[in-house]
Amino acid sequence: MAVTVQEAKVTWKRLPLSSNYAAAYAVKDLDVDVIAAYPITPQTTVVEKIAEFIANGELNAEMIHVESEHSALSATIAASAAGARAFTATASQGLELMHEILHIASGLRLPVVMSIATRALSAPISIWNDYSDLMNTRDTSWITLIASSAQEVYDSIVQAYRIAEDPEVMLPVMVAYDGYLMSHTYEPVLVPEDNKPILDYAPKNYNRIKLDPERPISMGTLTGPEWYYEFKYQQVVAMKKALEKARKADEEFKARFGRGYGLIETFNVEDADVVIVAYGGLYGTVIEAIEPLVEKGVKVGAMRLRLWRPFPVEDVKKALGNAKLVTVIDKAISYGARIAGPVALEVMSSFYHDEAKPMIMSVIAGIGQRRITEDTIREIVDYSFKVLGRGRAPEESLYWGVRGVRYE
Amino acid sequence: MAAEEKLPAWNEIPPGGIIIEPGNAEERYTGDWRVFRPVINQDKCIRCLLCWVYCPDSVFHIVDEEYVTSKGRKYSFSLKIDYDHCKGCGICVEECPVNAIDFVEEVK
Repeated sequence: MAVTVQEAKVTWKRLPLSSNYAAAYAVKDLDVDVIAAYPITPQTTVVEKIAEFIANGELNAEMIHVESEHSALSATIAASAAGARAFTATASQGLELMHEILHIASGLRLPVVMSIATRALSAPISIWNDYSDLMNTRDTSWITLIASSAQEVYDSIVQAYRIAEDPEVMLPVMVAYDGYLMSHTYEPVLVPEDNKPILDYAPKNYNRIKLDPERPISMGTLTGPEWYYEFKYQQVVAMKKALEKARKADEEFKARFGRGYGLIETFNVEDADVVIVAYGGLYGTVIEAIEPLVEKGVKVGAMRLRLWRPFPVEDVKKALGNAKLVTVIDKAISYGARIAGPVALEVMSSFYHDEAKPMIMSVIAGIGQRRITEDTIREIVDYSFKVLGRGRAPEESLYWGVRGVRYE
Repeated sequence: MAAEEKLPAWNEIPPGGIIIEPGNAEERYTGDWRVFRPVINQDKCIRCLLCWVYCPDSVFHIVDEEYVTSKGRKYSFSLKIDYDHCKGCGICVEECPVNAIDFVEEVK
């Protein structure tokens, strides 16, 4: 569909930013009203930077210092319920502690936005990256974007408010990225000199149902078996709508600002027998690893999942439909499942009803930030071609790189 | 099932279980939650209205009905309980300073 918005005249400045700082800059430029957060590695510098903006007078917002992540999201929800544009950020154990409140944010249909610097879960304690924390939130009815660069973190948070506050969506949005690998590494990021074009793109929606003494309402009510199901179905419908809203938000972002990502990103999928699927910062490593292979004529491609919830089934099927084997690399484990990669499961179920479909292989890697280098990716590509030659994908996930486990 | 089907559909109700009309608790009969029923003994009642103050569901209603006790004391009003909304929590029974509210098991 053609987008008819004129490109906004924006003066950009190029700053060296970590993904955490990029998130903070987005919050500043979106003129967020209330931030409530509790520090947790590797998210902390997001909120430190926001506190700096407030202290410097660069952002006119209320920063609520709370005693836990459970309270952080509760306060954020309360602010959003009162009509404010509200933000929080967390990771790992903090996200787990928020878990019951995640359902309340979506159940109350509040357009909260949260950034997640993804991190492994205890025990044993790991402060390093994987996506176990994020994948545990799969069924919380939060729209979930996974960014793969600091610039995309900035742009996705801007898009997130646009999607969340859409009257037909009204659901919270998470923007996730790799803890440490992105949260604490610096990249050049374009941020606008003046935030007006950002607010023109994502204007605050103050005309929504909110707590207002002039027009009293009740939120967080008790519903019996004869009512509850209908409210949950409303969320199902809103999630479905969110898919096209997210697509449009990205298309219009691109039309205005010249940068767009789509719901998925692909590389050489038209011409590939093997397609590697990844998400987050890992996609960059995948591209670096396979580009020289493609130049040598190896029929390999790659796909990045950017929108995790709602899952863009049609986009994924279109991207992977020509492949003979799809290898999905997951940085999280669904314990007890034979296919233990959450995204692998989703890719498989997308093709379930089709007669012609690619073989799909699930690979678990990068757990607790076990290093994934370009060489690791090339090994996975080599193994994928071996599996393709055998004509049958393993029925169980491969736990790539565990000491003591080898795949022949 | 039949009764549920008469209720509005998912797209005919406000989002998120939000109640957009304030004060609609009156329309919901919570009296059937009750196991014990508070019953006012009008003769013992001294009309102090502590029950009216403490009741969490505002079920005590002051009605214009004169009452003369067996000892000849005359009151210009009486108290009535709205049993459609009384959940039988028993706070009034506990708080009544003259034990003028009996707590009677509901028998059906």
